[in-house]
Amino acid sequence: MNEGSAAMVADGGGDALVRVRDLKMYFPVTEGVLISRVVAHVKAVDGISFDIHKGETLGLVGESGCGKTTTGRCILQLETATDGEIWFDGQELNKLSKAEMRPLRQRIQVIFQDPYSSLNPRMKIGQIIAEPMMVHGIITDRNERDARVRELLELCGLNPKFADRYPHEMSGGQRQRVGIARALAVKPEFIICDEAVSALDVSIQAQVINLLEDLRDEFGLTYLFISHDLSVVHHLCHRVAVMYLGHIVELAETEELFGNPLHPYTVGLLEAVPIPDPIVERKRAHQVIKGEIPSPINPPSGCVFHPRCPKAVDGCKINMPEFREIKPGHWVACTEV
Amino acid sequence: MRVGRGSRRERAAHGADREAVTKLLEIRDLKTQFFTSAGVVRAVDGITYDVAPGETVAVVGESGCGKSVSAMSILRLIPDPPGRIVSGSIMFDGKDLLALSEAEMRDVRGRDIGMIFQEPMTSLNPVLTIERQITETLEEHLNVSREAAREKALEMLNLVGISDPERRLKQYPHHLSGGMRQRVMIAMALACGPKLIIADEPTTALDVTIQAQILELMKELTRDLGVAMIIITHNLGVVARYADRVNVMYAGRIIESGDAVQIYHNPKHPYTLALLRSVPRMDQARGQKLRPIDGQPPDLTKLDEGCAFRPRCEFATEQCARAAPVLEETEPGHISACWEKARVGLTEAVG
Repeated sequence: MNEGSAAMVADGGGDALVRVRDLKMYFPVTEGVLISRVVAHVKAVDGISFDIHKGETLGLVGESGCGKTTTGRCILQLETATDGEIWFDGQELNKLSKAEMRPLRQRIQVIFQDPYSSLNPRMKIGQIIAEPMMVHGIITDRNERDARVRELLELCGLNPKFADRYPHEMSGGQRQRVGIARALAVKPEFIICDEAVSALDVSIQAQVINLLEDLRDEFGLTYLFISHDLSVVHHLCHRVAVMYLGHIVELAETEELFGNPLHPYTVGLLEAVPIPDPIVERKRAHQVIKGEIPSPINPPSGCVFHPRCPKAVDGCKINMPEFREIKPGHWVACTEV
Repeated sequence: MRVGRGSRRERAAHGADREAVTKLLEIRDLKTQFFTSAGVVRAVDGITYDVAPGETVAVVGESGCGKSVSAMSILRLIPDPPGRIVSGSIMFDGKDLLALSEAEMRDVRGRDIGMIFQEPMTSLNPVLTIERQITETLEEHLNVSREAAREKALEMLNLVGISDPERRLKQYPHHLSGGMRQRVMIAMALACGPKLIIADEPTTALDVTIQAQILELMKELTRDLGVAMIIITHNLGVVARYADRVNVMYAGRIIESGDAVQIYHNPKHPYTLALLRSVPRMDQARGQKLRPIDGQPPDLTKLDEGCAFRPRCEFATEQCARAAPVLEETEPGHISACWEKARVGLTEAVG
C-alpha cells in the first residue's frame, strides 16, 4: 500500500482516538543454536492503516494468522512495531519512553480471550481487580479500594462476595466478567477486546456481549473488537476491517460491509458463515473459498489473496492493489471491484 | 431393552413402533454416569433416539450438556473408572453394542462406525506417517495386504481432496495444517466403508473458510457413499446448514427433537427457544439487544426430580419442580419435554 492512501484513511471525519498508519510488524525467524541468524521474517502485519473514533467500536476480523491479534498487541505496546505510526489521543505511542507511556496504559486496557489463563490462579478475585488500581496509584485507601472492587463486580453482574473467591471457583462466563471488571478498574477510555467472547457458550456469550454494550453506553468507551466470529462482530461493531495475511483488504460501516461486501475474500468469508436458520441456509450461495491460508513467512506476490481468489487476473500476481475509498467510507484493496 | 414406563412412551413418541425396520442405530434410555469424589455426575441421563441409514442427525447443546459423552457411549469409549454406562441399550445394525465383548467392540469401531474428533492433532498419532495412520486401520479391520492398503490410502486422500497425495502419504501429522489433518481424519473414518460416522465438533478448531470446506466435504461424501452421520456441535449455524434431524440436549437429556425446520422455526421447548434468541445473526438488522439465558447450567451431581431447566426458564410453573417432563409429540416427528410446551413458541418470531 502506498503512503499517499495511508494518510487519507481518516474517513468519516470526527476525532480519531486511535490512529494507526502503515503499521508493520515483522517477526524474525532464526536458525542455528549457538550462533543464531535471521533467515526470514514472519510478516504478521504488513502495512495497515485505520482510525478508531471516540465512542466507536471497530471490528477487526480475519482468520488465524491474519495479524489481528498482533495489531492489538502493537497498539498496547506489547510489541515494538517494525515500522509505522500508532497515535492515541494525539500522542505517538511508539515514540514515548516507558515512563511517558505509563499514564497512557491506564487509559488503554485489554480483555483477553481465555478467561482461564488470563487470571492469576493464586490471587483472589478482589486482588485481581484491585491490582491495576494499585499499580496506577488510583485509590490508595484500602477500604475505598475494596468498595470500588465490590462496585465493579456488581457492575459486571457478579455477586460482590466473589471478591473472596479464587478463579478456579468460577465458570468461564464469570471469569470473563472478572476480566472485564479488571479492565474497567482504572477507568479506561479505550479497550481492546481480543476474542473476548469466543471461548464462551452461546447463552453465556450473549450475556457478556450485552454487558460490553451496556458498559460502552454508560462510560462512552471505545472498543477495538478483535474476533473471528462474524456474527458477533456484525452485532457489536459500528465499522469493520477485514484482515487477510497481514493486510486490511476491506473496511466499511458494518451494514455496508455485510450488505455489500466488495473484496472477494470478504464475500467468501461471509458465505462461509452458516446462519442459524435452515430455510435461509437452503437459499444461500455456498461458494467455498478453495485452498488454505499461505504462510506469512513467504506470502504470495502481488495481492496476497490471489492464489485463492475466484476473480484473480494476471495483474494480481504482480502488484499489491491500492487500498482505496471506493465510495464514502468504504475502503477496499482489490483492482477487480 | 428395559421396558420402563417412560421409555415405552418415548418409543411411541419417536414412532419407532411404526417404522421399526429402517433404523441403523437405536439408542434407548441410555444413562452414563461418572462416579467422582464430588458425587455421581449424571452426564447422560436417559436419552433415546434413532438414526436412519444415510441420515445426518445433529446433537446440539452447550458445554457439559452430555452431547460428547453420549457419543462416546455409543462407541463405548467412556473411561472406566470413573465413568460407566449404567443402563439402556444401543442397537446398531442388529447388534446390541452394550452386550458385545471388548474384542467385538474393537471390530465395530473404525470399521462399522467411523470417528472424527475435534482436535485433529491429538487424534492422529504424531509418530506415524499419514500412510501408516490409514493403512493400520485397513489392515486391522479388512485384513488386506500392505500394498492393497496403500492403494486404498492413496484413493482416500484423493477422495478427501488432498493435493499431491503421493507426497502426503510419506509425511507426518505435524507437516499438515489443521484443515489438512481433519481431511486425513475423514479419510481414516471413511476408509473401511462404515455405515455410520460420529463427528464430535469436527470443525470447531478450524477457521471459517476451512470449516466450510470440511463440512461441504463431509456432506458430499456421506451423501455419495450413503453413510449416516451423527454430528455433535454447539454451533447452531452448522446444524441449520447440514442436519436433517436435530436433538437438543440440556443437562444430560434430550429436551427436544425434530427436523431442522421444526426446531428452528417452531421450537417447543423453552431452552431451544432461548438458545435461538441468544445467538447474534448477521442476516438480521442490527441494533437489537441479544436476549441471553439468565443463570448457568445446573450442577449435574445435584439434579433433582424436577425439570433441570426450570431455574432459567421463563415459562416455569410449580409443576416443573415436582417432576421432570417426558418427551411427547407436538406434531408428527417433533417431540418436546416440557410441561408448558403448548405455551412455548416464537410469538415475536426470530425471523
